[in-house]
Amino acid sequence: MDKIPILRMGNFLLVTIQVDLYDRLALNLEADLVQMVNKTSAKGVLIDISAVSIVDSFMGRIIGNIASMSKILDAETVVVGMQPAVAITLIELGLPLKGVHTALDVEKGMALLKGMIGPDFEDTEEETQEDGPIAE
Amino acid sequence: MPINISKLLEKQKKNILELWMKNQLADEGLREDLITNEELRSQSEELVNSLVANLTTSNSTDVDSESWNPVIEILGGIAITRARQGFSPRETGRFVYSLKEALLDILQGQIKDDAKALFDESQKISRIMDGLAIVTFETFIKGREEVILRQTDEIAEISTPVIRVWDGILALPIIGTLDSQRTQIVMENLLQEIVESGSSIAILDISGVPAVDSLVAQHLIKTVSATRLMGAECIISGIRPEIAQTVVHLGIDLSSIITKASLASALAYAFRSLRLEVKKQTIQPKIS
Repeated sequence: MDKIPILRMGNFLLVTIQVDLYDRLALNLEADLVQMVNKTSAKGVLIDISAVSIVDSFMGRIIGNIASMSKILDAETVVVGMQPAVAITLIELGLPLKGVHTALDVEKGMALLKGMIGPDFEDTEEETQEDGPIAE
Repeated sequence: MPINISKLLEKQKKNILELWMKNQLADEGLREDLITNEELRSQSEELVNSLVANLTTSNSTDVDSESWNPVIEILGGIAITRARQGFSPRETGRFVYSLKEALLDILQGQIKDDAKALFDESQKISRIMDGLAIVTFETFIKGREEVILRQTDEIAEISTPVIRVWDGILALPIIGTLDSQRTQIVMENLLQEIVESGSSIAILDISGVPAVDSLVAQHLIKTVSATRLMGAECIISGIRPEIAQTVVHLGIDLSSIITKASLASALAYAFRSLRLEVKKQTIQPKIS
C-alpha cells in the first residue's frame, strides 16, 4: 500500500504528491495529515501537486477538506505547483477551492506561509538568521 | 442516335470552345482583374475536352455516377480556385451556364431537321449541365467555407498573445468577443505562460471586448479562478463605463475579482504588490 510521506519543516508540514492519487490514497492522506497537524501543532501545511496530472471532483473535494480541517486546527493550507490542465479541470468541475491558498512553486508557497503565520514565527526566524553570522 | 450526337460534339469541340469563350468574354461581369484570358481559355479548354470525352464514352446523364468523376474533379478544382481568388457566386455560376448555352447553340445549329432529336438531346445536355452547376456551387461554397474556417483559426491564434510586461507580470489583451471556445484558448495560453515564466500576476485587459454579458463575465470569472488555483493573481483591467453599467444591471458579482479601469492602473497595482517602484529620475543640472 502506497503512502504519501508528510515531512515536517519547522512549523510547517510539507506534502509532495508524486503519484496520481486514487481515492483510498487521498482518504488516507487526509486522515494522516490531520493527525500530523494535531501531533506537531503545525502552523502551516504545504501541499505540492506539481506531479499530479489527473484530478476528479473527489480529489478536489479532498483538497478542500484538508484545508478546512487544517483551518479548524489553526493551520493554513497552501497548494503549490498546480498544472494548467488540472486548474482548468477543477474550474470546469465547479471547484474553485475557495478556502485554499495557492502559489506557483514551493519557494513562493513557503514565503506565503511565512507571511501568513504572523510575527511570532517571523521574529524567531529573523533572530536565528541574525544569530548565524555572529556565531561564526 | 446518341452515338451520332457524341461524334457530332466531338467534331464541334472547337466550335463549342470558341462559342463559349465568346460568351464568357462578352459577359459584362468578366473579371479580368482576377483571371487572364489565357488562363480562362486553358481552364475552359480542359473542361470542354473532358466533358466531350465523357459524353462520348458514357451514356449516363446522372452526374453523381462514377463515370463523371473526371469532369467533376476538374470542375471542382476550378470552383475551389475561383472561391479562393474571390469570384462571386454569380460569376462562377455564369461560367458553367454559359457553357450550357454554347452547347445548346451548337446542337441547334447542327440538328436542324429533326425536332424530336434536338429536343431529346437538349434535354439531356440540360440535365447534365444542371447537375454540373450544382456540383460547382457546392464545391465553390465549400471552398469559401474553408477560407472562413482558416481565417477563424488564424484570428483565434493571433488574438490571444500573452505579453510579459515585467519580470513576474503578464498581460493578456483580449480583442473581440469572448466565447467559450476562445476562453478555453485564452485560459490555456495564460496558464501555460504563467508556468513557463513563473509570473505571479496576470493582467487581463478587456478594453477590446465590445460587450460583456453574463456569459462573458462567467468566462472571465473562470479564467480568474483558474489563475488563482495556479497560485497567481489575476487583475481585470480596461473596464469601460458602459461595461461597468451592464455588469451591474445584469447583477453580476465581480467583487471577488480585482478590477481596474485601465491597464496603467493595473500595472501600478501589480508593481505595488510586487513591492516594485517606478521613479522619475531627477536630472542633475549640468555644471558648465
